[in-house]
Amino acid sequence: MNAENLIALLIAAPLLGAAVLLVGGRRLDAAGHWIGTILSTTSFVFGVILFADLLGRNADDRTLMQHLYTWVPVAGFQADVTFRLDQLSMTFVLLITGVGSLIHLYSVGYMEHDERRRRFFGYLNLFLAAMLLLVLADNYLLLYVGWEGVGLASYLLIGFWQHKPSAATAAKKAFLVNRVGDMGLSIAIMLMFTTFGTFAFGPVLSHVTDASEGRLTAIGLLLLLAACGKSAQVPLQSWLGDAMEGPTPVSALIHAATMVTAGVYLIVRSGAIFNAAPDAQLVVTVVGAVTLLFGAIVGCAKDDIKKALAGSTMSQIGYMVLAAGLGPIGYVFAIMHLVTHGFFKAGLFLGAGSVMHGMNDEVDMRKFGGLRKYMPVTFITFGLGYLAIIGFPGLSGFFSKDKIIEAAFAKGGTEGWILGTCALVGAAITAFYMTRVMLMTFFGEKRWQPDEHGHEPHPHESPKVMTIPMIVLAIGSVFAGGFFSIGDRFLHWLEPITGHSEGDSPISAGVVTGATMVCLVIGVGIAYLQYGRRPVPAVAPRGSLLTRAARRDLLQDDFNHVVLVRGGEHLTRSLVYVDHTLVDGVVNGTAAGFGGLSGRLRKLQNGYARSYAVSMFGGAALLVAATLLMRAV
Amino acid sequence: MSTAAVHSLWTTAAEPISKIPAPKIEYGQLSPTLIVVGAAVVGVLVEAFVPRKSRYYAQVFVSAVALCAAFAAVVALAADGYGTTKAHIAAMGAIAVDGPSLFLQGTILLAGLVGLFTFAERRLDPEAHGNRVDSFAAQAASVPGSDSEQAAVKAGFTTTEVFPLLLFAVAGMLVFPSANDLLTLFVALEVFSLPLYLLCALARRKRLMSQEAAVKYFLLGAFASAFTLFGIALLYGYAGSVSYATIAQVVDGTVTSVDPALADTMGNDALLLIGAAMVVMGLLFKVGAVPFHMWTPDVYQGAPTPVTGFMAAATKVAAFGALLRLLYVVLPGMRWDWRPVMWGVAIITMLGGAIVAITQTDIKRLLAYSSIAHAGFILAGVIATSKDGVSSVLFYLAAYSFVTIGAFAVVTLVRDAGGEATHLSKWAGLGRRSPLVAAVFAVFLLAFAGIPLTSGFAGKFAVFKAAAEGGAVPLVVIGVISSAIAAFFYIRVIVLMFFSEPRPEGPTVAVPSPLTMAAIGVGVAVTLVLGVAPQYFLNLASQAGVFVR
Repeated sequence: MNAENLIALLIAAPLLGAAVLLVGGRRLDAAGHWIGTILSTTSFVFGVILFADLLGRNADDRTLMQHLYTWVPVAGFQADVTFRLDQLSMTFVLLITGVGSLIHLYSVGYMEHDERRRRFFGYLNLFLAAMLLLVLADNYLLLYVGWEGVGLASYLLIGFWQHKPSAATAAKKAFLVNRVGDMGLSIAIMLMFTTFGTFAFGPVLSHVTDASEGRLTAIGLLLLLAACGKSAQVPLQSWLGDAMEGPTPVSALIHAATMVTAGVYLIVRSGAIFNAAPDAQLVVTVVGAVTLLFGAIVGCAKDDIKKALAGSTMSQIGYMVLAAGLGPIGYVFAIMHLVTHGFFKAGLFLGAGSVMHGMNDEVDMRKFGGLRKYMPVTFITFGLGYLAIIGFPGLSGFFSKDKIIEAAFAKGGTEGWILGTCALVGAAITAFYMTRVMLMTFFGEKRWQPDEHGHEPHPHESPKVMTIPMIVLAIGSVFAGGFFSIGDRFLHWLEPITGHSEGDSPISAGVVTGATMVCLVIGVGIAYLQYGRRPVPAVAPRGSLLTRAARRDLLQDDFNHVVLVRGGEHLTRSLVYVDHTLVDGVVNGTAAGFGGLSGRLRKLQNGYARSYAVSMFGGAALLVAATLLMRAV
Repeated sequence: MSTAAVHSLWTTAAEPISKIPAPKIEYGQLSPTLIVVGAAVVGVLVEAFVPRKSRYYAQVFVSAVALCAAFAAVVALAADGYGTTKAHIAAMGAIAVDGPSLFLQGTILLAGLVGLFTFAERRLDPEAHGNRVDSFAAQAASVPGSDSEQAAVKAGFTTTEVFPLLLFAVAGMLVFPSANDLLTLFVALEVFSLPLYLLCALARRKRLMSQEAAVKYFLLGAFASAFTLFGIALLYGYAGSVSYATIAQVVDGTVTSVDPALADTMGNDALLLIGAAMVVMGLLFKVGAVPFHMWTPDVYQGAPTPVTGFMAAATKVAAFGALLRLLYVVLPGMRWDWRPVMWGVAIITMLGGAIVAITQTDIKRLLAYSSIAHAGFILAGVIATSKDGVSSVLFYLAAYSFVTIGAFAVVTLVRDAGGEATHLSKWAGLGRRSPLVAAVFAVFLLAFAGIPLTSGFAGKFAVFKAAAEGGAVPLVVIGVISSAIAAFFYIRVIVLMFFSEPRPEGPTVAVPSPLTMAAIGVGVAVTLVLGVAPQYFLNLASQAGVFVR
């Protein structure tokens, strides 16, 4: 059997799981979670087999294509269902199925007491299938199917606890904000089709030079808009914080490790377009730099452990987008950071979930404190994730983030300095807020109190089924970066797809690393002074203006409300007026016209066979007459 | 046996017996029809010799086996290449065995099999005095409301003759699209029409309405047959033959030898034009095209719903098959005459069906008008006069027949005390009470409306594409407008089912036996498969799209 034929199975396994679990009904309640986990793992096994196959080939021969079928072929419009497995999509496949399977396993324990657990696993499998379709598609149209599929799965899972109004609202918000980005993607695809006459990656990306730069810039910006929506980048970032209403495994898988990185994938996959449109690229880097600071600042002010981590996710993806905007200097490092981030951020979220599991679902860090004694495994795995994300030397985050900062400087010119400085400052803030999270949760005095029913929380370690995935992810957080970087393994693996250039940095790599270390120490130091030395107040102090703004997500919702919601309401009202008077007038008029005609024609059908026969006779006469007439004229 | 063969029999009768040429019949290639006819005869014997209690089982068994075997025979013939390379004319020029024949025969047999499932359903009607009964009258001969009817119901009689009737109808339909001379065409027409007239009269409930429908259908059908027969006579006068190939040659002017007996009339174009128009009219009657459609709503409403479903699907397939062969094999030489006329018929059929459907209040009448509109859409594909036109029509017919049988099968499930609750107002809020049944019906309605990811979209797309490439762009525009009008009433039913408050005294949804479930399930599966991945079947239809001449 050729390796190509396995590609569809990657998607088929979780899709089967989703179908079985969602259609199967209650009789699968008892085994549903294991079915979901096994099929997810099956997909991972297929991924590993394919990976081994790719490794056995030459570097320039590692692209496998599988053509399934053509959907409605029309002259000039070819919508193929074709999969492309190359180094880039392979990386994603392993990340998605690997981390995905671990999180399935974790969820078995985490969702144990939820009576809708089967449905939860069905949705998770649906997500995996859609995400795999997204990264395996060989054309933008099919990618769009996956793109919408993960959006749907994300919506369903954020709102999984639909009995909570906050969850339902958050789901709707995520969906609506994502629509804006999706609109960008759909218009980009249409533009691509009118420009290149095809959607397929191969022909589009190799004929980029045929199109004018203006056209490419437009496509690039629209793709960026799509990426902003899916990856929660400024200005479409507002949904990610609220998305934490979903169950924690969902936050870990979808809103940290995989789906939110789809925007980065889109930009890197479309690299050829961005390379030929420097203006669009510049905007990408600006969006990345702004978001990495924005998310980091928001992360500093949150007392909700998941929302603090959500701010951090936004910020880390900002790093990736920044790197992706740098062009061939940064593509590889964007993806490398994406993978290492997948490990440590998923690990951190699972750790947070484990803490919540032991603390009656409390999320306010001001009510934690001193948990390291009660949850040693969670503490150690979370701690390793923490060290990885702040870029502690030798751990995963150190290698990947450092490379991005170097690449930002290597952009050259004033831009390089500005972007590099932003990235450095971001590193310092990251160190600050992550140390804050760590100290508030695991160190200091215990601050938990009985809830309104008088139940004292009894913090305890989570069951093995939850801790094992955390341990595996912690191992990844520690070693992945080093493994990738030694001998530039990851660079050589991905280079044939993304290309790579060194750029010329105004300062040497050593200096950058030194500066990063200094930032790290400053960030950790300040956090220690503020939260390690002094007791953490159980009620949040009023804080400075910036702190208060950051607690409100830097006023993003207020901004959206004033500018978009109010403006939108006015626009809608006027449109509704026009619709009611003008459009409905025409439509209703037409409908009434046809209705009246229908009523009148209906009377011809009077039920008498004799009049039917007359009608037939008349018809036959007409038919004969018309045929004769055609010959006569 | 063609007239040429008959003629030679007459003239050679005086000669010694040994000189009579034995007609050459390719039994293997005709096996699908022969199997079904044979089984129908066995069914008659079953009626005569099997005890009443076991007849139902015997009949269902015989019918199912025959239909499956005939389908297997069709598949075997197709696999043997009779659809493509080995296509030829069998039975002394009477029957064409080629791609369209086999494709349509396969479709008809499958539709017949699914139709058989709905015929055999015996769980929907409440048991009559401890006997399970189906949708058909207890005893067809008893006068509605009479004592003898009461007695028949009480005795638990069922009309098991419907199964051989179904098989005879199927047999006629198998021959109809593959008939290669006008007499065979006419015989096949009658062979499948007569059983249908009977079946229409056999409803267990609302018997008067059912009998009225049957009488109307019979009268108008006979009227249309008379036109067809007259047309055949005129065409014979024109060409001196009823063979498709010969008529086509005369139309093309490639025949030089003139039969002296017919020297006066042969090649007279008036005969050709009038004769062709009349034969075509008979076929348009069968497909339900405007203005020959008026029987459709009354008959669809009055006939027992399983019969309606089968008839709506299979008759259309057979009649369009025959129409295609007539226009593409016999009359391509005069396509500049018939194309404009057919344009007109297609336009008024599409618009007429869609517009009148808007104000219907009975679900079966609504589906009847919908079927008229669909006949118009299919005509658009027929007019393309290209290979794509043929294959798109083949695909459309296959897709349409399963949706239709499935939709009518769903109609049999929604019932109240008076039997099926077909008034639309009773369907309000069905989606709340029986979400699954309503969802399935919604799938069928969406397919009728031609919404993407259903077979209806792929089919409509194929015929409109073929029509546009054949130069009939205005026709396609009108087709799309009609589809929009039609979408209105399909969606209205969906809205009614899902967004209206259920009525307190509303109908109940009966739980059918696996038979009807299978019919509906096959319908949904085919609808979705042909919608999501139509390519394989489009290719199949495309391979089958060449007529043997």
